[in-house]
Amino acid sequence: MAASGRAPRTISHAWLALPLLLTAALVALSVAIGAGDFSFAGLLAGAGSTDWQLLVVSRLPRTLALLLAGMSLAVAGLIMQMLVRNRFVEPSTAGTIEAATLGVLALALLAPDTPVFGKMLVAAAFAMAGTFLFLGLLRRIPLRSPYLVPLVGLILGGVIQAVTTFFAFRYDMLQTLHAWTVGDFSGVLRGRYELLWLGAVLAFAAWVAADRFTVAGMGQQFTTNLGLNYKRLTFYGLLIVSAISAVVVVTAGSIPFLGLIVPNVVSILFGDNMRRSVPWVALLGGLFVLACDIIGRLVVYPYEIPIGTVVGIIGGALFLFLLLRGRSREA
Amino acid sequence: MRLEVSPNTRLALLATLALWVVAAFMLIGAGGNWDFVLPFRGAKLAAMLLVAYAIAVSSVLFQTITHNRILTPSIMGFDALYLLIQAVIIFSLGIDPLTETGNPNLRFAIEVVLMTGFACLLFRALFNGAAHSLHLMLLAGIVFGLLFRSLSSFVMRLIDPNEFMVLQDRMFASFNAIQTGLLWVAAIAIGLASLLAWRLRRQYDALTLGREIAVNLGIDYRRTVMLTLALIAVMVSVSTALVGPVTFFGLLVSNLAYVTAGSGKHRYLLPMAVLWGVVFLVGGQVLLERVLALNATVSVVIEFIGGLLFLFLITRKKT
Repeated sequence: MAASGRAPRTISHAWLALPLLLTAALVALSVAIGAGDFSFAGLLAGAGSTDWQLLVVSRLPRTLALLLAGMSLAVAGLIMQMLVRNRFVEPSTAGTIEAATLGVLALALLAPDTPVFGKMLVAAAFAMAGTFLFLGLLRRIPLRSPYLVPLVGLILGGVIQAVTTFFAFRYDMLQTLHAWTVGDFSGVLRGRYELLWLGAVLAFAAWVAADRFTVAGMGQQFTTNLGLNYKRLTFYGLLIVSAISAVVVVTAGSIPFLGLIVPNVVSILFGDNMRRSVPWVALLGGLFVLACDIIGRLVVYPYEIPIGTVVGIIGGALFLFLLLRGRSREA
Repeated sequence: MRLEVSPNTRLALLATLALWVVAAFMLIGAGGNWDFVLPFRGAKLAAMLLVAYAIAVSSVLFQTITHNRILTPSIMGFDALYLLIQAVIIFSLGIDPLTETGNPNLRFAIEVVLMTGFACLLFRALFNGAAHSLHLMLLAGIVFGLLFRSLSSFVMRLIDPNEFMVLQDRMFASFNAIQTGLLWVAAIAIGLASLLAWRLRRQYDALTLGREIAVNLGIDYRRTVMLTLALIAVMVSVSTALVGPVTFFGLLVSNLAYVTAGSGKHRYLLPMAVLWGVVFLVGGQVLLERVLALNATVSVVIEFIGGLLFLFLITRKKT
């Protein structure tokens, strides 16, 4: 493992209050920012006021969507890193996200009237297929350098993306495709984000099963010795990851590097016990996405920069930092 | 390959193929409207030839100085860096390079200097690390590329939200939207760079033997490498300015050249890679546009094939 941290510190969950407070502050800020006039004082006027309307229809759904997407994606990244036993893997470095996008495109071309839930199912199925393709490729790599694994995933993602782009170009859907692939929460209104709750439920399920995934992270033999079914565990883990990726892609587009950065930071701070770290990963994931969205909204106010771009920059820089930091320690 | 075919014959064979492809591109489906068709297709052809040339030569040279057949400038994020520099220049100087205002030569010089600087940084990192960190460098290069792309689209948004989509389109590789005005500048820049590269060809042959042997043979290692990096920067700038980024094209043609040239000498390798580039680009265009009547950019198909080749190369036992 490239970047496994120092001796894990035991830290009480009471410390979670700190990021919780910060999140609450950012939630308030996120609700308050926007092109329309809004004041918290206006809320007191009662359920009929325009401020109240704005809050319920637009501001609150967006904030909730950000939190849910951030939390579930970060947890998905954590599970994937456990299962693949590589710190640099997450849905966007394993072809999962690209495969999900291909699924959405295929459905948009073949059966455009499919309801959102059906879209999600198809996207999840594609995401699953992409992830298993990735695992199959990994099995064929004789010498596994920790950096080779995400590299294969990134290129696989590129190949899948080329297929997607080919069909999108052919059927004049490039622009639509672009709108999906760059993560963007500006279109989130009441009634268009609720699927993300499903992602949160899946992340919660992952928390419940956290100990098992930790065990699976130790390898097939170890897992089998403890009397657990390794194959089935891996399958369920990847099912959760694929479903979460699909939900986020369908509702908001892809948010790169998130599932990579947050679990790594948490691991550096608190070690690798998944059950302990899941709440941290989820909370910091939500916090990170919220913060990035607020940045994107403030820089060119009253316009905004899609969150996919903001996370791409901050996440890419952090990823490079993790990579090169890991190397200097190795050397 | 047991069959003894001399490198010159191989070159001649491939050159014939390339000529056929070029002729096919100019002639198929022209329908007799020569006055219209020839200049129109001619400009497009010229651009494709320039791009094939620039990408092939820069990839082979890059692989020679890094002693590795998987690295190419585009995989290390150079294309994306070029786009970022463009974006930042537009943002800070307020000059739109797409409309030919401002001083294009000065801008080109700034770009090349900046890119060479970055290339040297990356290069130092490459050589300071041990051999096992090749995968790390590749990964870092690809992430640099992603980062640069995100950054440039960020900068583009800062310029003017309404023009963002237009500019974004320009960053997407396409051989249908080539800016013919740039062709002359590009041709001259590439010509000068090639002259220098051709004069250095024997030194490159020595470089393939490894750094120590090359130095023992009396080559000024640092100077050659720096010069080459500058050449590569010029070529990458030109090809990216003409068509936008194509990640795996260089990898595809350089590796084909290694397999088919029948010689490790650069006087065969370089033309061979260029010819493969022409065959793929122009031939791909003919196949897609004229034969299959598919409305798709050839770059997407090249990315697909190139990506598969890349996966094959890095998952082979040897690496």
